[in-house]
Amino acid sequence: MDLSMRWLNDYIDVSDMPIKEFCSGLTLSGSKVERWETEGSEISKVVVGKLLSIVPHENSDHLVVCQVDVGKAGNGEPIQIVTGASNVKAGDIVPVAMDGSTLPNGVKIKKGKLRGVESNGMLCSLGELGLTTHDFPYAIADGIFIMQEEEGCAPFELGQDIREAIGLNDTSVEFEITSNRPDCMSVIGLARETHATFDRPYTVKAPTFKGVDGDINSMLKVTIHNTKLCPRYIAGVVKNVKIAPSPRWLRERLRASGVRPINNFVDITNYVMLEYGHPMHAFDIRYISGSEINIRNAKNGETITTLDGVERELNENMLVIADAEKPVAVAGVMGGEYSGIMDDTVDVVFESACFDGASVRTTAKALGMRTDASARFEKGLDPQNAYPALMRAFELVEMLGCGEVVKTIIDADYSDKTPKGVEFNAEWINNFLGTDIPEADMIKYLEKLDFKVENGKAYAPSVRIDIECKADIAEEVARLYGYNNIPKTIIRGVAEAQLSEKQKFERKVSNAMVSMGAYEITTYSFISPKYFDKIRLPADSPLRNTVVITNPLGEDTSVMRTSVLPSMCEVLARNYNSRNPEVCLFEIGSEYIPNGGELPDEPVRLSIGMYGGRKDFYDIKGMIDSMLDLVGVEDFEYTACTDTSVFAEAASFHPGRCAVISKGGKVFGIVGELHPEVLENYGIGTKAYAAKINLTELMEEATAVKVFKPLPKFPAITRDLAIVCDEALPVAELEKAIKKAVGKVLESVTLFDVYKGKQIAEGKKSVAYSISMRSHEGTLTDDQADAAVKRVLKALEELGAELRV
Amino acid sequence: MKEQLEKIRQLAEKELTECGAADVLENLRVKYLGKKGELTAILKQMGQLSAEERPVIGQLANDVRKTIEDKITERAEMLRTELAARKLKEETIDVTLPGKKQNVGKLHPLTVTLNDVKEIFLGMGFEVVEGPEVETDHYCFEALNMPKHHPARDTQDTFYINDNVVLRTQTSSVQIRTMEKKKPPIRIISPGRVYRSDAVDATHSPIFHQIEGLVIDKGITMADLNGTLELLMKRLYGEDCKIRLRPHHFPYTEPSAEVDIMCFNCHGEGCPMCKNEGYIEVLGAGMVHPKVLEGCGIDPEVYSGFAFGIGLERITMGRYEINDLRLLYENDMRFLGQF
Repeated sequence: MDLSMRWLNDYIDVSDMPIKEFCSGLTLSGSKVERWETEGSEISKVVVGKLLSIVPHENSDHLVVCQVDVGKAGNGEPIQIVTGASNVKAGDIVPVAMDGSTLPNGVKIKKGKLRGVESNGMLCSLGELGLTTHDFPYAIADGIFIMQEEEGCAPFELGQDIREAIGLNDTSVEFEITSNRPDCMSVIGLARETHATFDRPYTVKAPTFKGVDGDINSMLKVTIHNTKLCPRYIAGVVKNVKIAPSPRWLRERLRASGVRPINNFVDITNYVMLEYGHPMHAFDIRYISGSEINIRNAKNGETITTLDGVERELNENMLVIADAEKPVAVAGVMGGEYSGIMDDTVDVVFESACFDGASVRTTAKALGMRTDASARFEKGLDPQNAYPALMRAFELVEMLGCGEVVKTIIDADYSDKTPKGVEFNAEWINNFLGTDIPEADMIKYLEKLDFKVENGKAYAPSVRIDIECKADIAEEVARLYGYNNIPKTIIRGVAEAQLSEKQKFERKVSNAMVSMGAYEITTYSFISPKYFDKIRLPADSPLRNTVVITNPLGEDTSVMRTSVLPSMCEVLARNYNSRNPEVCLFEIGSEYIPNGGELPDEPVRLSIGMYGGRKDFYDIKGMIDSMLDLVGVEDFEYTACTDTSVFAEAASFHPGRCAVISKGGKVFGIVGELHPEVLENYGIGTKAYAAKINLTELMEEATAVKVFKPLPKFPAITRDLAIVCDEALPVAELEKAIKKAVGKVLESVTLFDVYKGKQIAEGKKSVAYSISMRSHEGTLTDDQADAAVKRVLKALEELGAELRV
Repeated sequence: MKEQLEKIRQLAEKELTECGAADVLENLRVKYLGKKGELTAILKQMGQLSAEERPVIGQLANDVRKTIEDKITERAEMLRTELAARKLKEETIDVTLPGKKQNVGKLHPLTVTLNDVKEIFLGMGFEVVEGPEVETDHYCFEALNMPKHHPARDTQDTFYINDNVVLRTQTSSVQIRTMEKKKPPIRIISPGRVYRSDAVDATHSPIFHQIEGLVIDKGITMADLNGTLELLMKRLYGEDCKIRLRPHHFPYTEPSAEVDIMCFNCHGEGCPMCKNEGYIEVLGAGMVHPKVLEGCGIDPEVYSGFAFGIGLERITMGRYEINDLRLLYENDMRFLGQF
């Protein structure tokens, strides 16, 4: 809502108040000022001038040389200006930008020579002053603005500042009005708030008009067929209208309110809407077939061509204003193309009505056209405001002398007029706010807002559709008392709180990752369905069954991710493109897995990604090992895996460099080198590694409490073994066999070398282990150690592995 | 013999004083005091002396031995010290050469800020509660006093999954889920992702994070809300931080407020950073609407409470002076490494 301060001053005089004080006062009492602007503030040193003479330029056939009287601005002397304009003649009054003047958009005017002839300024067009022909309908768009005296405006004075001369000096204040306060979308509503805020007197006079005799019932019949969606419909008639531009004062106010002046009748409806907050509509009575107005639901399939020239199909949930045959307007949204005001219109029907907010909102949305009117109606308007709004329109018609107002009106009124009393209890309010405000002060605040307080009840003015319960009254009191005057206290009582097990676990994981050099990332949780192709998910993968957004911003963000892997790949790629040579990243984020119910599951995943710095598969694997150790997961194992039924993402990894991680047969993660095709799809020109760990499932496997094992008292014995086996045999098998064979004296098995090549037969590899043994009962003997090694060799033999000689 | 002894003493003293290395010193010790040393050789001749001379010479010999021994000890100590000093000097390095890089990762700035906020509230006895991001219309709107076609829904451009399921536009949905499950007293915060169909630019993102707060108990007042928010802001932004509450409208709170903090840059004077307002909006808050309490089966005549919602991105950007929200979701290492 853009408020014209000049307009506001009609109702409450704040002309002496610094604008900053006004804005901050209203902001703190609840009407937030977004910004304010004084019209013409970019214009300086532009004055009213009169053309004394015009002679051709000696060196140009399109330029002329003017002598301009700029009164006191030229110290009594006329100034010489060269112009290319062709619409000026001697005697014209024009805006003159003097030497050193500024115009909108930072334009600066300096004196100089045009083809050898001195020019001491510039004659301005409307556009150069930031105006249009809507603001001054008598002027032309491309040419110098030839100023005309207008009725009701002070005569021009030569040398006078142009802003003052043409009324381009109002201050416009932009308010952010919340949806519960449609009453503040009006000059009068804001005047009431100004009154309550600053305690200055304000007056709203009931509009008056003389009118002409005539029986409206002989001209029009109004029937409301759905009183729930239209509780009130008032119609009035203006005869013998004269369509013309509005006077300057009215145009100025519309301009300062951000509304383009059109003609007197359109302007009057806009003026009333801005002033009273109540939208109105005007019909040409000629096009109301059968002289009847029916407010009814549209029929399915019925169509209307609206003012904007678009034909729209209606349905039975939409309310329309119809004549005997067809809809002439979509109620509260937009009028029909042919029923509006034309240049040859003679008699006009003014509609001032009230429509159900939800209905208008649904209709406007369904038709895809939100208008100023619908934006107001959908918040819920006061049916009682429809009447003064119409009266004001009549008053303006007579003020502008643009028609004869028929005295009688039709008022189809089904609205509920019972005043709504809301409990007012000062003690409750103080207890609720934590304040100590005297009851008398509270009543004073409410009365300033035009509430009536009697018998323990507060009665809001009918425009205050937002007041429903005692908490609403508390808010009114609080905002006028000042939110910032309410004390600041600490909640009483003690409370104990700690993170949940899940939150602690996630924090542990993230601390573990950070401690190992991984950087945390945050990615979007929606992705493009095409990303599933990018990570090579099988066409029939269940992960392609997603939660789909019906109104996404774009395809890239149209489905909720069922895998965190594409998000990670995306970030790896972005970093690769930014030429970051080495990255190691992790994210703890959700996947959104449809489960057949209303809401999907949202399991939490850890994703890890890395490339660069000579990283290989074993770096990311080692990182996972340490993370698992830090969060208390033991006895997990890695298994080579290409089976997409276990993890669909197996398809995203190099088939020979991918493993699933499990514990006790339960698979909880996948890790590997990204498949070359995936790397290519993402434009990553180097090997990259990624992993996904199901944290929700992993948490089940973690031991939160670790139990201390006593430090050894007896020395360990270490035996190193080099074994030759089939190249394809996973070392995990060897390790398992060794552990089992050594038995309980085993302390650790450490692989320290894998070798293929010279001295080793084709298809074989040499694997070297260091086996450390220790007993907690006594010092191990060499014989015991040798026996263990024998057992190991026997067990390995069964795997086809033998001691390297 | 006496002369011989004195001669030995003089010679030894001279040699020992000139001695510059540990091995030379050892040779000198052997030369004078060893079994075949000069002093021993003289003492072996003691038997030839008269009974009167013997104690005198004996005494002298002992003196000489003592002198040499002391001198050796002193010399040895000196050599050790010199050696150690020389070694230290030789080991001098250029301490301005770069350190060896250690691998440490970092948390995302949003997490760093969120962890700080969690700590503050855990300290005040608030539990951290989570809720689903894909949410029913009921929890996201209806139960928050925003029935279908409520105009306030317009301020939260919603992503729809179907007529009844949305991506939550606010963490306030968790308020309802909590109140349905738990009876007062309630003190929770609920951080998480929220979604609005805003196109991406420097200050908008279709995904961002909110931290919801909810307190319900007997006798909770708006003054408690003011006090809690001031405490939070001072903990986050320092003791000098000044907050300002402005009346606002949220369907699920009454009274409702928007909370500003005084601009750090201009201290309330108005500058480009605060768009000339002197204050920067940081959160929305209010007293829980009686209809919302009733809907969750909590009697508004007995209990009252307050709720607030903080934009995590906004406070993170504020405290690190990050000027473009997109950076938070691009995850460029050069950005992540700064926090």
